[in-house]
Amino acid sequence: MRVNRFRRNKFAGPVLVVAALLTIGSAFSIASALPSAQKTEVSAQSTLVDEGKQIFLKGCSSCHGLNAEGGAIAPSLIGVGAAAVDFQVGTGRMPMADMSQQAMRKKPIYDAKQTAALAAYVASLAPGPATVDPTSLTWERDGNVAQGGELFRTNCAMCHNFAAQGGALTNGKYAPTLMGVEPQHIYEAMITGPQSMPKFSDKTITPAEKLSIIKWIKSAQSEPAIGGASLGRVGPVTEGLLIWTFGLGLLIAVAVWLATKAR
Amino acid sequence: MKKSEQVAGNVASYIDDRTGAAGWAKKNLTKVFPDHWSFMLGEIALYSFVILLLSGTFLTFWFDPSQQEVVYNGTYAPLSHVTMSASYASTLHISFDVRGGLLMRQIHHWAALIFMAAIVVHLLRVFFTGAFRKPREANWLIGIGLLTLGIVEGFLGYSLPDDLLSGTGIRIAEAIIQAIPVVGSYLAFFAFGGAFPGHVFIPRIYIVHVLLLPGIFLALITVHLMLVWYQKHTQYPGPGRKETNVVGYPLMPVYMAKAGGFFFIVFGVTAFLGAVASINPIWLYGPYTPGQISAGSQPDWYMGWLDGLVRMAPPLETHAFGHTISWNILIPGLIIPGILFTGMALYPFIESWISGDKNEHHLLDRPRNVPNRTALGAMSLSFMLISLINGGNDVIATHFHLTINGIMWFTRFGLFIVPPIVFIITKRICLSLQRADREIVLHGRETGRLVMTPAGEFLEVHEELTPEQKWTLTQHAQPAALALPSEDAHGTRSKSAGIKGKLRARMSEANASQVAAPTAEQAKELEGGHH
Repeated sequence: MRVNRFRRNKFAGPVLVVAALLTIGSAFSIASALPSAQKTEVSAQSTLVDEGKQIFLKGCSSCHGLNAEGGAIAPSLIGVGAAAVDFQVGTGRMPMADMSQQAMRKKPIYDAKQTAALAAYVASLAPGPATVDPTSLTWERDGNVAQGGELFRTNCAMCHNFAAQGGALTNGKYAPTLMGVEPQHIYEAMITGPQSMPKFSDKTITPAEKLSIIKWIKSAQSEPAIGGASLGRVGPVTEGLLIWTFGLGLLIAVAVWLATKAR
Repeated sequence: MKKSEQVAGNVASYIDDRTGAAGWAKKNLTKVFPDHWSFMLGEIALYSFVILLLSGTFLTFWFDPSQQEVVYNGTYAPLSHVTMSASYASTLHISFDVRGGLLMRQIHHWAALIFMAAIVVHLLRVFFTGAFRKPREANWLIGIGLLTLGIVEGFLGYSLPDDLLSGTGIRIAEAIIQAIPVVGSYLAFFAFGGAFPGHVFIPRIYIVHVLLLPGIFLALITVHLMLVWYQKHTQYPGPGRKETNVVGYPLMPVYMAKAGGFFFIVFGVTAFLGAVASINPIWLYGPYTPGQISAGSQPDWYMGWLDGLVRMAPPLETHAFGHTISWNILIPGLIIPGILFTGMALYPFIESWISGDKNEHHLLDRPRNVPNRTALGAMSLSFMLISLINGGNDVIATHFHLTINGIMWFTRFGLFIVPPIVFIITKRICLSLQRADREIVLHGRETGRLVMTPAGEFLEVHEELTPEQKWTLTQHAQPAALALPSEDAHGTRSKSAGIKGKLRARMSEANASQVAAPTAEQAKELEGGHH
């Protein structure tokens, strides 16, 4: 009500114009006073955004819309942030090859530079989580494997399986295996929650804990096959399969051999 | 006489003088057993049981069945300083810090899987060949008892380490106990000494696993084998083999050598598996906490069908008089297994009731000659297999790019549709094989050799079967259907003509409708004839 009354005031228009001019003017003078190096960075950034926009228009807009506003078959990308783009495009999930249940990891179509351009373009649309710099992920130094394992079993194993081998979700969707995934992409997946995955904000799992989770995944990946062939690390199903094929098969073959009459 | 022979003789007579063992040994060491590979399936189970006793005893030296919370500081770094139960910590200790511990654990677990698989194939052999018929009904019941206890023993065994997977299994077992109407929650509280998971359950199942059940196993296996000894082993039909004899080799030396050798082969295969293939990697599962779960949690295969049934059950619940009845767990978890195992146990009695056959049988049936029994067996197997598939639906879904819902719906319908189809197909196959037997007895084997007679006529030479082969293919009895008159001579309704009587008559009729085996006259008539 109060706002409306203010807006109906006859001085409202002129006052707003003056305020706007003042803001723009002072912002311009500050910007022109910046050192030249930063100026080129900004312009480089805007070139990157432009490049990203061009790639976007060619490769992504048919589904995500000309302004990344989304469509019937694809979500809006406004506000998803550079991290989401880096994850989806960097792991080859986007652009999608087929419209089946969910985008699968494959060989990336865009190279690192193009991915960065796309990320910059999407980030320019609205603020969102930034691309994770792999050098900032000091999981090898700061992570704690045992803590990571506990966090993983509490938060991740229910979908990704106890050894991060992946698991089934409803209606053909699945939680993919985490073997061989770049630490940067694991981190980005946690902060952006791609596809069926929930988002794990820094309040739920702190950045330090995320590093521990990455360290545990990497330790599970590089763990030697203790006790012999790992049989896919999917639990008793493959064990049962092995006993009914190789184990019992061999023993029955021996029984047949033992019961063969000597010739 | 050599010096050594003299010593051996002295020892033997010393023992014989005091125990009279010579007569007993002479009688029993020469006991004859028939020779067939399918008679050695039960042996696999027996030998893996021995392996289980040996490796299990080794494991008890270090295993601590306690749910006391401890902080791990053993060798396995990814779990260092994690809080866990003493049973989990001691299993990690066995796996990483006891020399040969992991190998023994893996041998123990692989032997358990072989034990159960061997019991199942042994049971199938006994079922499909009719070895359960009089006088062996009691041994059949003991066998069913061993199978049932084996499932329980295996479940308790892999529940002991208190890892994330086994804790999940115990949680489901608790749910099944709770699903028993009215008394379920009291029973669960009784078993767990309070709320789940408590800290008494693992110590309790430990003593059941290492003392109570193995004791019962030993007793039942002893009776099982003594009955085989006393009733003598069945044999496949063939020339010279009668209901009144046993054709085969003596225990000493032939079977002593074969059985002894087979034991070491079973041990060898189990040890090989234990050495090269990882089983139940509990360090990867992590310690059990009720708040955690892994995708693709599965039981071992012999429980998989049960898990599959529970997974496919639709969510049905009834609330009445302050009680909840969870049909979705009660039906797949208790009622269906109850029906299956009761039916299996009673089958010898049901079959003899239908056929009216009260005779002793020591000659086995060829499965094709009893089409309804064979078809029933195949049908039950397909039921189990479909349930088992659903038990692994999540792993199947991810590895074959299928949807878990699709597999569930396939098995929900398949459970009712596939077994009857399997029954019909198996029965047709049996009858076709009977027809093929008849054909080959009457007309001989087609040699593919064409002969031109001097008159210009072409003939294919049929090679006649030997009399022994003919005997084997035609010796089986084909009893006629039971005549069940609905009225007796006085015109009063016979007792047997009620619903039960009609059912019995129809089933007996179905059993009797077979392809007639050629009679001796028919075979003789055509002897030497080329067709």
